[in-house]
Amino acid sequence: MPLVKEQRSSPDSAAIIDFPPEASSLAIRGLSLAYGDKSALNNLTLRVPRHRVTAFIGPSGCGKSTLLRVLNRLHDLNDEVVREGEVMLEGEDIHAPEVSVAELRRRVGMVFQSPNPFPMSIHDNVAFGLRLQGGLSKRKRDDIIEWALRSAALWDEVKDRLRASAWSLSGGQQQRLVIARTLAVGPEVLLLDEPASALDPISTLKIEELIRNLKSHLTLVLVTHNMQQAARVSDYTAFLQQGELVEYAPTDTLFTNPRLARTENYITGRMA
Amino acid sequence: MKAEPSRRLRLPRGEGAGAWLAAGSVALSLLALLALLALLTVRGLGHFWPSPVELVELEGGRQLAGERVREVPHAGGDGLERLYRIGNQDLEGGRWAWVRLSAIEAVSHPADLVVVERRRWGQAIGRLSAFQGASGERIEGEAAWPALEARLAELGTLRDARDRLREEVILPLAGRNDETAARELKAAHARLRELQSAMAGGRLILATADGEGLAVPLEQLLGARRPNAMSPLDKLVAWGEGVWRFLSEGPRAANTAGGVWPAIFGTVLMVMLMSILVTPFGVLAAIYLNEVAHQGRLTRLVRIAVRNLAGVPSIVYGVFGLGVFVYGIGGRLDSWFFEASLPSPTFGTGGLLWASLTLALLTLPVVIVATEEGLARIPDQQREGALALGATRLEMLSRVVLPMAAPAMLTGVILAVARAAGEVAPLMLVGVAKLAPQVPVDGDFPFLHLERKFMHLGYHIFDAAFHGGDVQAAMPLVYATALLLVLVILVLNLTAIFLRHHLSTRHGALTRR
Repeated sequence: MPLVKEQRSSPDSAAIIDFPPEASSLAIRGLSLAYGDKSALNNLTLRVPRHRVTAFIGPSGCGKSTLLRVLNRLHDLNDEVVREGEVMLEGEDIHAPEVSVAELRRRVGMVFQSPNPFPMSIHDNVAFGLRLQGGLSKRKRDDIIEWALRSAALWDEVKDRLRASAWSLSGGQQQRLVIARTLAVGPEVLLLDEPASALDPISTLKIEELIRNLKSHLTLVLVTHNMQQAARVSDYTAFLQQGELVEYAPTDTLFTNPRLARTENYITGRMA
Repeated sequence: MKAEPSRRLRLPRGEGAGAWLAAGSVALSLLALLALLALLTVRGLGHFWPSPVELVELEGGRQLAGERVREVPHAGGDGLERLYRIGNQDLEGGRWAWVRLSAIEAVSHPADLVVVERRRWGQAIGRLSAFQGASGERIEGEAAWPALEARLAELGTLRDARDRLREEVILPLAGRNDETAARELKAAHARLRELQSAMAGGRLILATADGEGLAVPLEQLLGARRPNAMSPLDKLVAWGEGVWRFLSEGPRAANTAGGVWPAIFGTVLMVMLMSILVTPFGVLAAIYLNEVAHQGRLTRLVRIAVRNLAGVPSIVYGVFGLGVFVYGIGGRLDSWFFEASLPSPTFGTGGLLWASLTLALLTLPVVIVATEEGLARIPDQQREGALALGATRLEMLSRVVLPMAAPAMLTGVILAVARAAGEVAPLMLVGVAKLAPQVPVDGDFPFLHLERKFMHLGYHIFDAAFHGGDVQAAMPLVYATALLLVLVILVLNLTAIFLRHHLSTRHGALTRR
């Protein structure tokens, strides 16, 4: 693909970190995406390292949420989307015809901006994904539910009222419930689309702590508007602008010593 | 999409003509509604209260006895005129009498005036001059009334025994086919004949106010009472019995008297069948429009068309039902499956099934629109949340979206029921009958007879009010039937509202097991 070569030879390529294939969980190659004739992503190539937290930052409309939604094929829902390029999960093309979308979405879980628990009990919310798969005894399922709620640091708060409505929880608890619900189906990658933007500061801190804990066994991809948050929780940060990957580096480097002026302008707030 | 907090226009308290105007409209609407209910209740239920019977002495020595109905200004210009229900339709000048107030010399309420309800000819009013028992003995004077009451009580017991014998002995035996059964059946029939002959015979003789004699055979008798001698408690009991008979019996005298049980049954059954037919179609159509179809110009067009279908006059649906269901599909069914009974139609004529289908079609837009609104209110994040957990589209719909939209669906069904139960015009074309004492559900296979014609409260009102022989006599029944129709719709709606509440608390706040 000629487009890819062009990007590699561009002056910006030095600002993009690469990982060896065996250390990366997701590999994106030459990904372009448009809604009808409106381009959203333009020829992105990057790898996401395994068991690390990678943050996507950038101004509104830069395509960071779109990129996230491509990774578990939620963009499939929109039939106007035109896509080019490939996304590999552990070496397999997620868009290959033999890939089951449902199976992919279980491997690549997603947490959304505002908490979206289902209108059922706390227990049933976490059991939702497990029940879809079926084949689990009730006892085994309850064990997984407890484990998922513990992993999401919610167990102690809800263990006595698992049968209560999920909508009776606070916003921060709801978001952790949604994370638990996603963890219960055993994903390898967890996509977080501004997971704390609708929450108060204390709930935000809990979510951030949770993100740091989860990376021991999960690859996390975080989209955030909040640069302090990206600096606090992520290991690597990618800066996107107008659908293009501008700079991708270890978080410390990107925030303290960005290579490119565009990145520096954005993180120091000199650019709208 | 975020759930928006409900915004309400709040007018400054006590300020502005707008607030008064709005409050005034609410008050006016409420008053109109209350007035309607009050009219129906008073006129409808008042009919069953035993009203006093007046003995009126007129100028020139004429007398009449009857129930006071109403007073209107005299057509000649001076004074008032009063209408009396005097019964005795089979006599000359019977049934109704207009009397000028100035012509009345005296009004009294003798305790011994008797009101008799008959199978034919309606009421008879007069003094009981004699009672003749089954064996021909004649009792006159004071002793006649107690003898009549005793005989009526006896007849009641005999009737109960006969009905029990029919239901508990003869019907089960008739299904069996062996010798003992045949012998028992014979004995039972003999006993039945015995009972019937014990019930036969006897009559009473009334002396009407203007001195004529009127004989009423006891077989013709539905009830007899002396309203002026009744205590309030007796009247209350009689009122309760009257209401119960109105609810539980079939109509008599060309729908101007008797009860409305077949019509209640037909209305409720038709509405239930309609709901069963309309709900799946409406919900599936709404799901397709809202969740599956590409949201383009064509979908918008279809949506507008569906909304406009709700405004098509109902008689048009009736014509469609007649042409397509009755003549088209029904005629085809007859020629395929019921050839033996042709040329008399089975499904090729109006019936319960076609009426339900026509009304289902009529209410389809309501269900579609309400369900679609419910679906549109569900945030996309709920759908994405389910999909992100590995749910297929079908699982997402059935496990998250539909349970959340269930209250909206039921709202649609409630609206559909309210519309269908009150609809009369299309039914006249596709299956309602003036008189169908046989309800469409009975003990004969297949138990539910979809091809039968049925009675409907709405049509019954129309029929009694305009097509009965004596509209004056039918009016109280029209009010009572209208009240009943309102109550039936209320009960159907309350059931659906209760169900909706149950569902929304289950899915909105409580557990799902």
